[in-house]
Amino acid sequence: MTPLNRKLWRDLNHLRSQAIAIILVIACGVITYVMFLSTFDSLQNSRDHFYQSYRFAHVFAPVKRAPETLKRQLQEIPGVLTVDTRVVAAVTVDMPDYPAPIAGTITSLPNNAQSLNKIILLSGRYPADDRDDEIIIADAFAESHDLHSGDRLTVIIKGLRKTLHIAGIGLSPEYIYQLGPGSVFPDFERYAVMWMSRKPLAEASDLDGAFNNAAFALDPRADIDTVIDRIDALTDRYGSFGAYARKDQLSNRFLTEELRQLENLSQLFPYIFLSVAAFLLNVVLTRLVHSQREQIAALKAFGYNNVDIALFYVKLTTVIVGCGVVLGTLTGLYLAQGFSRIYTDFYRLPYLLFVLRPNIVFEAAFISLISGLFGIFFALRTIVRLNPAEAMRPDTPARYRLSLFEHLGLQRYISTPTKMIFRHLSHRPLKSLLAVTGIACAAAIMMSGRFQVDTVTHMMDVQFNLAQRDNLTVAFTDPVSYHAKFAFDRLPGIEYSEAQRTVAVRLIYQHREYETVILGLQENSDLRRVLDKHLRVMELPSSGLLLTDYFSTILGVRPGDTVSVEILEGERPRYDITVAAMVDQDMGLNGYMEIKQLNRLLREGPSITGLYLRIDDQQRETLYQQLKRMPYVAAIAEREREIANFHKTLDETMLFYTAIVAFFGAVIAFGVVYNSARIILLEHGRELASLRVLGFNRGEVAYILFGELAILTLAALPLGLYLGRQLCAFIAENINNELYRVPLIIEPSTYGLAALVVILSALASAFLVYRKLENMNILIALKTKE
Amino acid sequence: MDEHIIFSAHQLTKTYLMGETRVDALRGVDLDLYKSELVVLLGPSGSGKSTLLNILGGLDLPSTGTIHYGNQDLSHHDDKALTQYRREHVGFVFQFYNLIPSLTARENVALVTEIAEQPMTPEEALTLVGLEERLDHFPAQLSGGEQQRVAIARAIAKRPHVLLCDEPTGALDIHTGIVVLEAITKINHQLGTTTAVITHNAAIADIADRVIHLSDGKITQVKNNATKKQPTDLSW
Repeated sequence: MTPLNRKLWRDLNHLRSQAIAIILVIACGVITYVMFLSTFDSLQNSRDHFYQSYRFAHVFAPVKRAPETLKRQLQEIPGVLTVDTRVVAAVTVDMPDYPAPIAGTITSLPNNAQSLNKIILLSGRYPADDRDDEIIIADAFAESHDLHSGDRLTVIIKGLRKTLHIAGIGLSPEYIYQLGPGSVFPDFERYAVMWMSRKPLAEASDLDGAFNNAAFALDPRADIDTVIDRIDALTDRYGSFGAYARKDQLSNRFLTEELRQLENLSQLFPYIFLSVAAFLLNVVLTRLVHSQREQIAALKAFGYNNVDIALFYVKLTTVIVGCGVVLGTLTGLYLAQGFSRIYTDFYRLPYLLFVLRPNIVFEAAFISLISGLFGIFFALRTIVRLNPAEAMRPDTPARYRLSLFEHLGLQRYISTPTKMIFRHLSHRPLKSLLAVTGIACAAAIMMSGRFQVDTVTHMMDVQFNLAQRDNLTVAFTDPVSYHAKFAFDRLPGIEYSEAQRTVAVRLIYQHREYETVILGLQENSDLRRVLDKHLRVMELPSSGLLLTDYFSTILGVRPGDTVSVEILEGERPRYDITVAAMVDQDMGLNGYMEIKQLNRLLREGPSITGLYLRIDDQQRETLYQQLKRMPYVAAIAEREREIANFHKTLDETMLFYTAIVAFFGAVIAFGVVYNSARIILLEHGRELASLRVLGFNRGEVAYILFGELAILTLAALPLGLYLGRQLCAFIAENINNELYRVPLIIEPSTYGLAALVVILSALASAFLVYRKLENMNILIALKTKE
Repeated sequence: MDEHIIFSAHQLTKTYLMGETRVDALRGVDLDLYKSELVVLLGPSGSGKSTLLNILGGLDLPSTGTIHYGNQDLSHHDDKALTQYRREHVGFVFQFYNLIPSLTARENVALVTEIAEQPMTPEEALTLVGLEERLDHFPAQLSGGEQQRVAIARAIAKRPHVLLCDEPTGALDIHTGIVVLEAITKINHQLGTTTAVITHNAAIADIADRVIHLSDGKITQVKNNATKKQPTDLSW
């Protein structure tokens, strides 16, 4: 080993606690990079693999009832490779020992190798060809009710009870994200996805010789919009609900959204961590080079050139960065597997193909090394400029100036030790500023974790306390007469009910269009209320339409504009309707109208598609027994359960993320504060020793040391909270989508927690450094020349 | 005890461990220092003079033996008591000045006067060493000799009973060295502060009342100067 290499290991050993702090910060950066990107890659890879292997369709066309003969015409549309006609039925499942009715969807089984949306069989077998009472059920539903192949299930199709045998348990690409009718979050206990042979399903659904859903595989070169237009044209007279592309398919849309968010986050956090690491490397190595200037001069005097010496410090940096990269990659991979598995479970991906692109590791290493080398660039510049003869003479005292405080004439009010603190801070303003920024980043990162909980809690609060006040929602399979409401009102436990009519529509404004639903609500509706942006209850207008405010982003529509509304039901009439006002709504995207006005528009009598109910909790079970027997009840949604599901979702995904981010924030805070403290001790150790000689006690000396740290930390807090707010705003902006908009809600406790963790990290580093101060030998400190 | 004696040391020894080697820095030193006298401790490097000064100044404790300052037994003081002792009674001057670079001359002195019982003002102390014109200069703006005189002003501003100087001219050329020694003798003369100066420069011995020679951890010779020289008369 060459002498310089030996020196390298000794210096590293000497610097170990600071090096460890830097390694941890770099590791955090690499962890976030590797974890987010690998999770993203793995999920995307697993999804794509599943989509491809199980032939996820490119276009879906739901219709009311189309004859099977239409299939040939659909097949002939240019660009269409495969058409699968299917029967999809909304059903209810009656589990004898489960109190509530369970909504379900049965899709006809894909029947050959060329079929689309094929099923991956996770256990059991495919239904036998000659059996018309066998089904496959989705694994999530099976799991939550502990159902196995061989078990039986009672299903109500079009009012008819049928007992079906579970042949197997599986999943198709169409139902990765399983959202029951009217639900905001997945509830695997209350929503059953099933498949059965087409014939019995068609017979039970009055669709013999017909289909109500077609799935298409397209030629990759085909123009998807043209194909959709052609499909719509052909299915129009069979009660088309409008064909849509894969990107608009519900399950796929959720999954894509989540992956997009993951991708955005994975591009943000690593850079914050790595810039902080670069700053730390800069501070520590600049100091190291400074304290070794005599050694460097001696080496130069012996004939080592600038390159040799610069290489030494580059090696030192590389070793530190390398340790951070290795630690970060290994931990990141470990966490990525956990993270991917959480998402795999959450979205019910049937399998996980974990991938680590070697590029990710190389990129992380490269970015870390570049930031590290950038960090030592200034230190290296000092080395090159160092003249050996000059460097071997003792350094002249650093040039200080009066601090800002004294320029303001405040020196009379502060003690001499306090003046020292202020002058140290203003002596290297850039370094102080960077330290403050580093600590501020820590606070900001921590806020970004907690803020998501705040914001979603707020969204839920608005949704379930202000807007959605019913404790039970009932959705019907088809529109029924308003008289059904009276029948309901007589059921046990129902205290109050309000009618609701939902209709699928296509909104067209200028060249843009969007498919959504219009909710028809009762006048003065109390169980469902629409809110303005100040969360005040809005009246339903006597004419005109209310739209979720996000439509101003999607369609560019403003209150007072006229939009074309194409009803995707019946004769599909089209109207021009004025937008009366915009509605503040964080979840979902739809229009609102007064129900009677909507009925008129639909050219129908008073008909409803669901009810909002306020029920007596005591009689819930009795009521459910009754609901189970009502054939036209498609699904129910319980408020409490929605809230519970939300919290479950939050616990599974966000809290894990939040915990990791908060931990990383603390690591950064600690890394920056600890290194700053060590540097202060290094730079001013001799002065502090002199003060001890002059009769200052430990407490008085610690005041000077920690006063500087305290000011850095306290200055960082407001900046950190401000940056945190900006970071949260950025994240919120990136999460916003058609499914939900994230308002920027940050609770005081989130600010408080971020500040608290920073302060605790500062105290912990102060404690560690104070122990160094206690062990400082005054005599040795005095003898060492600056 | 003689009321003129301010320090009284008996059989002081000090042993260090330097890595794995044992260093006997002091090997049984007996010494009395008298009020208001100016003593020069002379000896080559490694003779134990700095160790002795550090023990007198409460920066270090002897391994065996006793050291009394007045009635206080310094050899049994803990860190807190030693800090208090330094704070109240001792002024230090070092070879490398040990000024606080972030404080001006005036503030370096104020650092001490702020925590002392009956100090002089920083301006008075700096006038005593002839720096009344340089009050608001930072160390980086002062020459070596000026920096050392600030250190002296800082040491004597609290009116200590003892002034301990460790190679005060070691880093200075002869002219500035003489100016610094003048400041030290002036303080000794005007304030009556007991002063101990350690040096390996034999020429400086001529300004002392007594010269104590140390060699290899022991006092080898104590000499009273019949006639003291003025610093301006020195040359080396």
